[in-house]
Amino acid sequence: MQGDTASQAATLGVAGERPSTGPLVEARKLTKVHPARGGAAALVAVDGIDFRLERGEAFGFLGPNGAGKSSTMRMIACVSPPTSGTLRMLGMDAATDGSAIRARIGVVPQDDSLDAALTVRENLLVYGRYFGLSRATVRERSDKLLDFARLEDKADQRVETLSGGMRRRLTIARSLINDPELLLLDEPTTGLDPQARHVLWERLFQLKSQGVTLILTTHYMDEAEQLCDRLVIMDGGRIVAEGSPRSLIDAHVTREVLELRFADADREKATDVVLALAPGPVCQRVDVLPDRLLVYADDGDDALAVVNAAGLEPLTALVRRASLEDVFLTLTGRSLVE
Amino acid sequence: MTELSLAPPLREFAAEWLKYRRTWRGSIVIGLVNPLLFLTGIGIIGKLIDSSATGPLGGVSYLTWLAPGLMAASAMQMGFGSGGFGAFRAAAPGGGYRAASATPMSPTDILLGSLLFVTFRLSLLSAGFLLVQALLGAAPTWWAVLTVPAAALTGLAFAAPMAAWGIATKRFSTMQTVFRFVVQPLYLLSGTFFPLSTVPAWLQKVAYASPLWHGVELCRDINLGRLTFAAGAIHGGFLIAMVIAGVLFARVTYRRKLHE
Amino acid sequence: MTVTEAIREVASRPRVGTWPLLTRQVYVYRRSWTELVAAVLEPLMYLLTMGVGLGKLVGHAPGLSHVSYAAYVAPGLLAMAVMNAATAETIFGAFDRIKQAKLYDVVIATPMSIAEIVRAELWWATARGVLAGTGFLAAMAAFGLVHSVMSLLIVPASALVALAFAAAGLIAASYVRDWDDFQYVQLVMLPMFLFATTFYPLSVYPRGVQLLVECLPLFHSINLIREPALGAIGGDTVVAVAYLVAMTALCWWFAVRRMTRVLVR
Ligand SMILES: Nc1ncnc2c1ncn2[C@@H]1O[C@H](COP(=O)(O)OP(=O)(O)O)[C@@H](O)[C@H]1O
Ligand SMILES: [Mg+2]
Repeated sequence: MQGDTASQAATLGVAGERPSTGPLVEARKLTKVHPARGGAAALVAVDGIDFRLERGEAFGFLGPNGAGKSSTMRMIACVSPPTSGTLRMLGMDAATDGSAIRARIGVVPQDDSLDAALTVRENLLVYGRYFGLSRATVRERSDKLLDFARLEDKADQRVETLSGGMRRRLTIARSLINDPELLLLDEPTTGLDPQARHVLWERLFQLKSQGVTLILTTHYMDEAEQLCDRLVIMDGGRIVAEGSPRSLIDAHVTREVLELRFADADREKATDVVLALAPGPVCQRVDVLPDRLLVYADDGDDALAVVNAAGLEPLTALVRRASLEDVFLTLTGRSLVE
Repeated sequence: MTELSLAPPLREFAAEWLKYRRTWRGSIVIGLVNPLLFLTGIGIIGKLIDSSATGPLGGVSYLTWLAPGLMAASAMQMGFGSGGFGAFRAAAPGGGYRAASATPMSPTDILLGSLLFVTFRLSLLSAGFLLVQALLGAAPTWWAVLTVPAAALTGLAFAAPMAAWGIATKRFSTMQTVFRFVVQPLYLLSGTFFPLSTVPAWLQKVAYASPLWHGVELCRDINLGRLTFAAGAIHGGFLIAMVIAGVLFARVTYRRKLHE
Repeated sequence: MTVTEAIREVASRPRVGTWPLLTRQVYVYRRSWTELVAAVLEPLMYLLTMGVGLGKLVGHAPGLSHVSYAAYVAPGLLAMAVMNAATAETIFGAFDRIKQAKLYDVVIATPMSIAEIVRAELWWATARGVLAGTGFLAAMAAFGLVHSVMSLLIVPASALVALAFAAAGLIAASYVRDWDDFQYVQLVMLPMFLFATTFYPLSVYPRGVQLLVECLPLFHSINLIREPALGAIGGDTVVAVAYLVAMTALCWWFAVRRMTRVLVR
């Protein structure tokens, strides 16, 4: 599959120009300390992380708010100098070649940052000019991108009239104005309704299949599972796990999860009983959440039978496939979305 | 209602007072420093004028002649701002009116409370101005104390109609444009800085229609202790009529905006 | 990376310049007619009030019996108009672009550099200042206050005044935290306007105050504009040019530092 996208990219002329030697992005001991300012103490937002990714990959940073995802993304975007460590991108050093690197990447920042004083089309025209592109080039690409973002009929309206999903699509269109080899998306779908999210995912798939390398952050499990070939889970500025979504689930949790809810009156007693079942032949592990119990087992139905056999009568019992959420919970002992 | 029973408009007043308490220190310093700078700076021009010209000012020193006019003009600026911009901000999402209109207070209660608070701030501004003016010897008689309510009335004559417009308009920038192209010219050309007798007759007639001119004349005559009943009735009547018209108009726009 | 690759890299590095940001400003302002109207209307109003209205009361310029008061005050008001136009752009406008609209957080993610952002801010504010100065000059001509061709030097003089104040204003914008802070800006601008010999010559002050006034940038700006307006260019002009060039250089350098500190986190 990897070879597939690479050959497609080559036909589009995206990656073909420069024979790629080595990884597209490589970070070693990358660290960001936000210095003490005002009353706030210095804060280690990114704590010596290592990662590398190849051309054509879709790579994800997954983690709760405050994990350091945006800080990492801003370093990769060459707008925030690393405090220490090295970051090499596109064969260059981010510390010294920021301007040349920025010319070849696209950035979708976390908060909407469209130019409210301009219309939809002007946003694209002006942004393209920031890259030193000619007027003609920018005009031609703007038309294509308006089409890509399905915003042709909004082209001459002020951006303040756009819905959240449209704004996001315009921001992504804008980030593509310089034909980037690498696209950075910081929480691209946070705050959007499910429909708008699906439209956006579809556009991102399209880019991926054109050979654009994607790096995205998210705190949505389903998004990471849908879009990422490979991801790292961040927590407290560190990487706590790395791999493909499937391999992470395989490595850190069982195949299925049984979710149990009990009536308030029974909860304490039931918790003790369920905890006593693991680790056992059927139930491997139990996590106690404030409102429910998670029983990890290779077969959820078997686990439920064991629970019933122990004389418990849960209000609800749900068997589902394990997800990244469970991986995160297992690794950090916390739920991902508070 | 069982809560401590303030009249409803006073509740709105109290709410705005609580917000103001956070910034009052700064605004009082500015309220004193501004007139001090203006009156000393222009007072020096006054020395030049007093040593050369006679006639148009009727033997009064320029500073004494100018100060009450400047007080009225400052009140106009504040009235326009707290009336128009204030209502716009308060009606915007996150503004104070959103919360207030969800209580038993009627839109008219909110309007009156707000205008009461504007009056309070106008009086404070004018009192600070008068203090500086008196220290610089430009308040010849005790009558000068009455310029404070006269200036507040001038400000209110702008605040009430502006509140009516500010709460209804969608575009903040239109109000800013009006401030720039209407209020600033009024500021300069309503007989504040020089007697209208020195400009062409047609321009004088235009100035008579300016509410600021009436405010300036009212304050100036009071300060100089020369207010006649007729002049007082005309100038005061003009300003009061503007306040009443503004309130009547604002009652409608407030009701429309706050209780759709 | 091979040597040839490295060379290609440097050669292909885009030199973006200030045009993109200036283009953006044109897009934004071409919808607003108010600036153009104000450039003509405001000087007329000021001249009518301060020049004609006050002028009738004062008579001739103090200490200059051959110069009418209107002719004396007009260049001072012009300098103030240029200062206001330039600082309105770099204090209010730039504050909005830096901290409210967060325009530059977006721009630094492109190949544009912070030095280019600063340069674009300054060019734009200078253009606004020149527009204000030229509009004012036209108004002076309408009031019959322009007597010599030397007055045309007021246009380049406006550019220098605007540039110096624009650079200083950008530094101020980098310190402003919210809209409430603008009253402190006012606290600096207002006394400068009132005391920097706009309305009366330096000779009215005692020596101590004179020294203080001579430190003010608006004082030198007024000199730079008043001398050609009154048709007598002399030593004060040279001092003013030196002062404003030095101020521009110093403030420009510091503005780049401040903007870097504010934008790079
Ligand atoms: N500019 C900044 N100055 C100080 N602290 C910051 C700054 N940006 C982020 N932080 C802090 O760094 C930590 C990581 O933030 P961030 O990278 O935004 O995390 P995430 O994107 O994963 O939510 C947080 O505790 C945040 O408060
Ligand atoms: Mg983030």
